[in-house]
Amino acid sequence: MQTTNQLFMEHIVIIGNGISGVTAARHIRKNSDKRITIISAESKYFFSRTALMYIYMGHMKFEHTQPYENWFWKKNRIELKQGFVTKIDTSNKSLLFSDDTTLIYDKLIIATGSKPNKFGWPGQDLEGVMGMYHKQDLENLEKFAPDNNVCKRAVIVGGGLIGIELAEMLRSRDIPVTFLVRESSFWNGVLPAQESEMINQHIKEHHIDLRLSTNLKEIKSDENGKVTSVIIEETGEEIACDVVGLTAGVTPNIDFLKESKIETKRGVLVNRFLETNVKDVYAIGDCAKQHEAIGQRRNIEAVWYTGRMMGETVAQTITGNKRAYNPGHWFNSAKFFDIEYQTYGWVFSERNKKENEAYFQWKHTTKNICITISYDKNSHQFLGINTFGIRMRHEVFDKWLTENQSLEYVIEYLADANFDPEFYSLYEADIVAKINKEKGTDIKSKKKSWKRIFKIA
Amino acid sequence: MKTIKYTGLAIFLIGLTIFTASIFLGSFGMSQKELDTYIAEKNYKSEIIKQELSKAIVDKELNIFEFSSVVRDAFKTSNNYYDKLIAKYNAEKNWKKKGEQYKYKIFGKPHTLSYEIAKKSGKGIIKENSGLLWFLTFGLGIIGALLFILPNVILLGKPGIKNDHIYQNSATNRGLIAWLVLVYLVLFYLVLYFMPDYVVNWTYILDPISKTLNGGPASQWFVYGFLYCTIMLVMGVRMYIKYRHNKYQIVRTTSVLFFQIVFAFLIPEIMTSLNMPGYDFKNAFPLDYDFFFEWNLKSLTESGAIGIFILVWGTLLTLVIVPIMVYFFGKRWYCSWVCGCGGLAETLGDPYRQHSNKSLNAWKLERWLIHAVLVFSLVMTIVTLYCYFSGTSSFIGIKSQWIKDTYSFLIGAWFAGVIGTGFYPIFGNRVWCRFGCPLAAYLGLVQRFKSRFRITTNGGQCISCGNCSTYCEQGIDVRAYAQKGENIVRSSCVGCGICSAVCPRGVLKLENGPEAGRINPTEILLGNDVDLMQLVNKK
Repeated sequence: MQTTNQLFMEHIVIIGNGISGVTAARHIRKNSDKRITIISAESKYFFSRTALMYIYMGHMKFEHTQPYENWFWKKNRIELKQGFVTKIDTSNKSLLFSDDTTLIYDKLIIATGSKPNKFGWPGQDLEGVMGMYHKQDLENLEKFAPDNNVCKRAVIVGGGLIGIELAEMLRSRDIPVTFLVRESSFWNGVLPAQESEMINQHIKEHHIDLRLSTNLKEIKSDENGKVTSVIIEETGEEIACDVVGLTAGVTPNIDFLKESKIETKRGVLVNRFLETNVKDVYAIGDCAKQHEAIGQRRNIEAVWYTGRMMGETVAQTITGNKRAYNPGHWFNSAKFFDIEYQTYGWVFSERNKKENEAYFQWKHTTKNICITISYDKNSHQFLGINTFGIRMRHEVFDKWLTENQSLEYVIEYLADANFDPEFYSLYEADIVAKINKEKGTDIKSKKKSWKRIFKIA
Repeated sequence: MKTIKYTGLAIFLIGLTIFTASIFLGSFGMSQKELDTYIAEKNYKSEIIKQELSKAIVDKELNIFEFSSVVRDAFKTSNNYYDKLIAKYNAEKNWKKKGEQYKYKIFGKPHTLSYEIAKKSGKGIIKENSGLLWFLTFGLGIIGALLFILPNVILLGKPGIKNDHIYQNSATNRGLIAWLVLVYLVLFYLVLYFMPDYVVNWTYILDPISKTLNGGPASQWFVYGFLYCTIMLVMGVRMYIKYRHNKYQIVRTTSVLFFQIVFAFLIPEIMTSLNMPGYDFKNAFPLDYDFFFEWNLKSLTESGAIGIFILVWGTLLTLVIVPIMVYFFGKRWYCSWVCGCGGLAETLGDPYRQHSNKSLNAWKLERWLIHAVLVFSLVMTIVTLYCYFSGTSSFIGIKSQWIKDTYSFLIGAWFAGVIGTGFYPIFGNRVWCRFGCPLAAYLGLVQRFKSRFRITTNGGQCISCGNCSTYCEQGIDVRAYAQKGENIVRSSCVGCGICSAVCPRGVLKLENGPEAGRINPTEILLGNDVDLMQLVNKK
């Protein structure tokens, strides 16, 4: 229901109901009475994209991936509009939809996220070829790979986070999977070799035909345009399959902006205030591209957490507290089958790390548990940590990064950062022993202290 | 491996079928001499019951249902006869004669009276072959279930969270199998609570074990206790396999098994064999709602030193030990480490934990219901104690007997048993603990307002996937807190630790820490930008 008041109120329109758009809407509502409309062509209600895999695997139903009950939106006066925006007329502040209806905005937030990369492979649009990003991709997968009778084999192209998740999904239904990875080791553009190799092994333990340094040449089909096989670039080998998953990264989903006055490159160009070149138009989340990268971040950050931060930030600006996007210390997480991964600060792979960056690494002799700490060779300043199979406290590392603590300090107080469930084995002693041996230091592990931990909060 | 698994399932179902069918076997009847002895033992003065029972069961070979029916009729006929006489003398105002009739009346629930006589009247294969029958029921059930469960060590793959296909399987996704299990469980509880005579054959199967433990024959409650322990043990094995990567779950499962088998089952049985009142030392009032009932107080005060010790222990447990432990560890120390109801929920109920309702409305209902039951149990106890000490039969207009019977029936039998466990497959495994248990309500109040326990949210790492909320057996929308960076401090949390286990990003940790900073109702660290955080938190 629209009250007269609302008609005179500033109308904030958000295109995209992912984490960025919804976070922006929630915070605008928190701070103001403005009229808010969220537009989505994908689904009426917000759901967690990262949880789509669990629906296919049977851990959850779609409704469980929706963080808010359906009454939430009406109660908070956030209007939900289902539709596909085809054009934006910024001079009249008007949106045109695919059904030829229009909508007028006062301020516009573009939060349309990403779409899977396609690199012009022959056959990339055939039936049975899909990404794993949208809700519709999941429906497609359910159609083409309901079980291992319909889908005798699936080929996944692209070794990143979505690729390995798709592999895990398919394996949950015992579908044979061939996993084509361009790099010589899984995700080794991001992960140090120790960790990348551990994940390689883990992938194989899950009975996946992992092909490293392997590229896709083309996808072949039957007379009905349905996938039948793929051809490998390097060897010319043909692999019969019923599904091809394209998971070679994502790219901003901004095709509908081409004819508008909004400046775009690979993404919608924004300044630190997340403003585009057109007044009253903002872009946040995966689809936004910073003119200049912030710190060591990429210009386009297609990560859940950064989308959420941008949503919070733009909401402040729109409700009168103009804020720059200031994302603080980098953090991220993922799960590779059974191995959890968290990272705080910057750890670059051997391929990408700078001259001054060095590693201290520790790996459990039998279990899939390891850490890599990156530090400055000269000053020993702690730069970041990758942790596999051990959970670590975000706040503690955030504090250490802000305080520019040293490698030795981090090792000494590592127990404060442990976030594993109670009764889990602790590895601080092992880790300290290793660094003492390697570097000839005499570090003694400090016991976990609530006092230190809670000074932080 | 799959063959072993399904062979196991078949064996289990055979065991279950024989167990269920065993009700129908054997015959029931007494010789005149046996009946006379029984009536003398029971001190029934009614002539009518003698005649009626003689007619009904002497030298007969009835099945249990016929037997139950004729026996209940006999008691009814006898009681009706004297009721009529009472009415007659009442009308005639012949008070003396009227008063004389009461001694002939036989009190007790019809099925209970019938159960007692049935227990002494059974003949046939079950009574004579209890060992064999034990093997064909419990034995096959245990072997079959273990064969079904053990291959999971390999079938589930490498250690880790394995929730594949839970929502694609009829048994765990409210399908036909789930409903069949519900019907079976509900019927089981109805019969156990309200028609124990129908399952008297089950008691014969366990008579030898009961005699070894406590010196006497098995009652229906012994059957229930034994079955309870067996199911928890077998399903505990399932927990050990499913969560073998998670030490918290392993330790916690061991703890509930220990407390159920040793404290709830063995110790009371052994105490009984030593002529002491059988007592479960961990069963705290008001979950143990009849602790302050007259009969219990009487029995305890008449049992010498051990009785007085139990009385003092039971009171201290509720008033001192429970709240202090909740302060240090949260209510989990009781609800998911010690409690028998919790123990069953965490073993047999684990496959159904995802069915708890996470809606805001369910939370509202929960708060009304559970606190209402707490008040109900307290009012009942106050009335009972007042009447006990004052010798009256009612207090503030409430009849002691009425309120006790009502509570036992509505809460003790229906809520805790029939609904609490029977509805596992559809409404989840903690229906009783969440909506009904008065002890949980009490622990919850302590946990919410004075405790060091919380589930810490790990900064901004939550991706709102929803695994935590889905698998919370208490219906807490864990994600609602985690995605805002808030710690979870909720009275209903039983600290099972599954939210933390299923989280794919290492966001949740159950821990006991200082009270300061335990509740952080502020948006923290999401933006990770100190200035923005301050701004967001400014109201």
